Amino acid sequence: MALLDVQNLRAYYETQVYGISRTVRAVDGVSLQLLPNEIYGVAGESSCGKTTLIKVLSGTVKPPLKIHDGTVHYQFGSYKVDMLHFDSEELRHSVRWKEISYVPQGSMSVLNPVRRIIRTFEDIVDTHQGIQDKKVFFNQMRDYVNKLGLPPDVLNAFPHQLSGGMRQRVAIALATVFHPRLIIADEPTTALDVVVQRGVLQLLKDIQAESQNTVLLVTHDMAVHANVADRVAIMYAGRFVEEAPTKIIFGASRHPYTQHLIHSLPVIGDKSSRASLGGAPPNLANPPNGCRFHPRCAQVLEICRTQVPAMVDLGGRHRVACHLVKEATR
Amino acid sequence: MLRVFRDLLKHDGRFRVAFVFLMAILILSTLSLVSPYDPGRTFKVPADMPPSLEHPFGTSSRGQDIFWWMAFAVRNSLLLGLMTAFVSRIIAIGVGLVAGYRGGIIDRVLMSINDSFVVMPVLPVLILMSFLLRSSMSLFMLAFIMSLFGWPWDARLIRAQVLSLKERSFTQTAVYSGTGAFRISLNEHLPFVLPVVFATTINNMLWSIGMEVTLSVLGLSNVTFPTIGTTIFWANQHQALVAGVWWWLAAPVVVAIVLFLGLYLLFSSINEYIDPRTRLRRIGV
Amino acid sequence: MNANDKLLDVQHVTQIFHIGGLIGGSRLVAVNDVSFSLDRARPEIFTLAGESGSGKTTLAHLLLHDLDPMKGQVLFEGRDVSQIRKRKQVMEFMKKVQPVFQNPFETFNPLRRVEDYLYDTAIHFGRAKDHRTAAPIVDEVLRNVGLSLEEVSKRYPHELSGGQIQRMSVARALIPQPDLILADEPVSMVDASLRMAIVNLFRKLRDENKVSVVYITHDLATAYYISDRIAIMLRGNFVESGPVEAVLDRPLHPYTQLLKESLPSPNPSGLESWAKHIALGTTDVKEYGRVGCKFAGRCPRVMDICTKADPPDVQADGRTVKCYLYADGAK
Repeated sequence: MALLDVQNLRAYYETQVYGISRTVRAVDGVSLQLLPNEIYGVAGESSCGKTTLIKVLSGTVKPPLKIHDGTVHYQFGSYKVDMLHFDSEELRHSVRWKEISYVPQGSMSVLNPVRRIIRTFEDIVDTHQGIQDKKVFFNQMRDYVNKLGLPPDVLNAFPHQLSGGMRQRVAIALATVFHPRLIIADEPTTALDVVVQRGVLQLLKDIQAESQNTVLLVTHDMAVHANVADRVAIMYAGRFVEEAPTKIIFGASRHPYTQHLIHSLPVIGDKSSRASLGGAPPNLANPPNGCRFHPRCAQVLEICRTQVPAMVDLGGRHRVACHLVKEATR
Repeated sequence: MLRVFRDLLKHDGRFRVAFVFLMAILILSTLSLVSPYDPGRTFKVPADMPPSLEHPFGTSSRGQDIFWWMAFAVRNSLLLGLMTAFVSRIIAIGVGLVAGYRGGIIDRVLMSINDSFVVMPVLPVLILMSFLLRSSMSLFMLAFIMSLFGWPWDARLIRAQVLSLKERSFTQTAVYSGTGAFRISLNEHLPFVLPVVFATTINNMLWSIGMEVTLSVLGLSNVTFPTIGTTIFWANQHQALVAGVWWWLAAPVVVAIVLFLGLYLLFSSINEYIDPRTRLRRIGV
Repeated sequence: MNANDKLLDVQHVTQIFHIGGLIGGSRLVAVNDVSFSLDRARPEIFTLAGESGSGKTTLAHLLLHDLDPMKGQVLFEGRDVSQIRKRKQVMEFMKKVQPVFQNPFETFNPLRRVEDYLYDTAIHFGRAKDHRTAAPIVDEVLRNVGLSLEEVSKRYPHELSGGQIQRMSVARALIPQPDLILADEPVSMVDASLRMAIVNLFRKLRDENKVSVVYITHDLATAYYISDRIAIMLRGNFVESGPVEAVLDRPLHPYTQLLKESLPSPNPSGLESWAKHIALGTTDVKEYGRVGCKFAGRCPRVMDICTKADPPDVQADGRTVKCYLYADGAK
């Protein structure tokens, strides 16, 4: 049974300033399903719509962002939540942080710089559940962070006294304190050094393995997905272009964009020439017709310029939206 | 320019109101050029007449048509405000940009001068100057002295902004493009500083007009010279309210309110328009 | 060798910062006795690789003469960079050394057209007299980086992609016809699909334009792809430096080995080594203050002597390593 079911989601930003109105079609027809006990990666570059997708999935839709179409349904055990039509009070009380939590890119988005870490923990737990005894709570938290491999004195520190990697791990501890069923991690290691990144991602994997929950990992770094995710979805210009288990994405991808993302980046030991994609990421206020990738695709067909390719199921949980694939299986 | 005007007129309600108000003020002040009465002459018309078709604002106890007197008054007050604002903006921008960008000893010297002016009490000094220069206190003199007090706050604001702009990469890019310090301040930093400048211009105009009113009401300026302030002075001298000549006080007060509101709304809407953030949204970011 | 044969000669440069107040506070050795040089005759791409807090940014500032070193000197074409004071000397320096910055959207003023900077550079460095005569130069240099004047003319930064802006940034840096370009993390903020265009561009600069590049990055993969030589920095020290194939194919220093191992690769078959759990320090500053080798706290092959004094620079297998493991008599 799916933890999250998204069907044909369309979410646009609509702005009106001095008579100029613009509609940015940030998420334009996305469908996906999240299952319990998996790490699901969403890969995409800047302005592909992944941040907007996260906003919708975590229920933080504010003007000028508007939902145009589609459904977002969560199933937390026997508790059903229709995210698009949910009461925000109820959301804050029962869903946020308890069922869905969030690890942001910069840990300073969740950590209050003028309060000790333990106080931030208290704030969050108190808001969502209430704390009876602060001393007992402190001990519980100390045991908890200890279990996660963090030194216990971290609780009494201020955020600026910790390194970036340590702060990010604290942010993960914060996000998992209620053992939510879904953790949304938005570029959690982008700002971190490669060695620290490894530690943070390992922590995330350990937590997922132990509590068997679901992690939605959003990052542009394909190498991270290769080492962490179970399934990966590639997002381009507001749409999913391919989705498959990790081994298949990296071994047998079908979409030209996916293939480019994987093969363009250099690896140590190989100095052979690699090329970049021509053109530029599309302007979401005025996207190209048909397949949005067609202006930059080396294997573009006539049909790509006019018709949006539909998602085709290739079996083995591999979906792809590309006219080339349809041609081949004809 | 015209496109800016049209944009604002069409989309900003504040601008429309400001436009109406200020047009009224401007028309009133240009009418002073065709005034049938010389504001220096008294008892040309029957005194203490309430507003009528012939005398739209009524007449004063000094036998002057208040409408035509106000035309001159408004013109002079506006001129004063504009002159003070203009001169003090120049000083503030110059000091702010240079102190912010250069730093070091130039910054310290400029800021010391700046702070000395900030702590000086303006009204007592103005009163003192008025006493000393009573007869030769022309409008220009007053404007000049006031602009010497009008720049320090704003210079600090501008300097603070320049300090942060200096750290941004594009300043470095300009340096490596071979651009000299003066051009960097002008081309790179000034556009960011302009919204602050506009906001403070209106403040400055309002402050200077208000300050002039204060001085005049106290009788410390050249009272035969028509301004909003001297109108109130004369009205008080002749105990206008007690004598029932309420229109003599109402006229300058209403005109002042219309002027102040108009200026405020104008700059509030222009300020939002040229703010780099809305500018970016407008270009279509 | 004549001193003038060296384009850039960094000699035993040390930079120390004081952090904390006047009373108390500590010394932070941001750059510790760093030396390297670039030949004038042979343009190359020299990478300074390191994580945040390694000192590479401070070193970049020293090379661009934003800072003057506390010890040692930076010689550009034989002349001490810290002696450059007068406007004329500064302009001459900037003619030969140009930077490329990390954030494409901050490199140019968002309220100005990007091409204006190119025109300004052409005029200020004497390659053109006015806007009209500068146009062909700007066009040529844009073509050099794979853009055209009509594609980017009259555009503001927000109307261009990060890749395009970064290319324009390189184009602008090329206009004075410099000998050295200092690129500080030039692709870390550029989208993956556009990154290789910029990276390949640096290769082209070296091969066709004969420009040397000091490339600062934390991304070892792109460093491997384009560098000739590389220096790995840790807490202000060059822990390993030499030809990039030697240093990254067969790393000797335990820190380099850790870096290489921690790089996630898009090839899932290398999974096991990356998944090995590692220890992470709590604060960076503690490592800086360490006596002896800065890596001793996390080194899997640490020895007693490592915590006593700074390790010596040792020549081994075609590169320089700062490690007791390879010093004479070490076993």
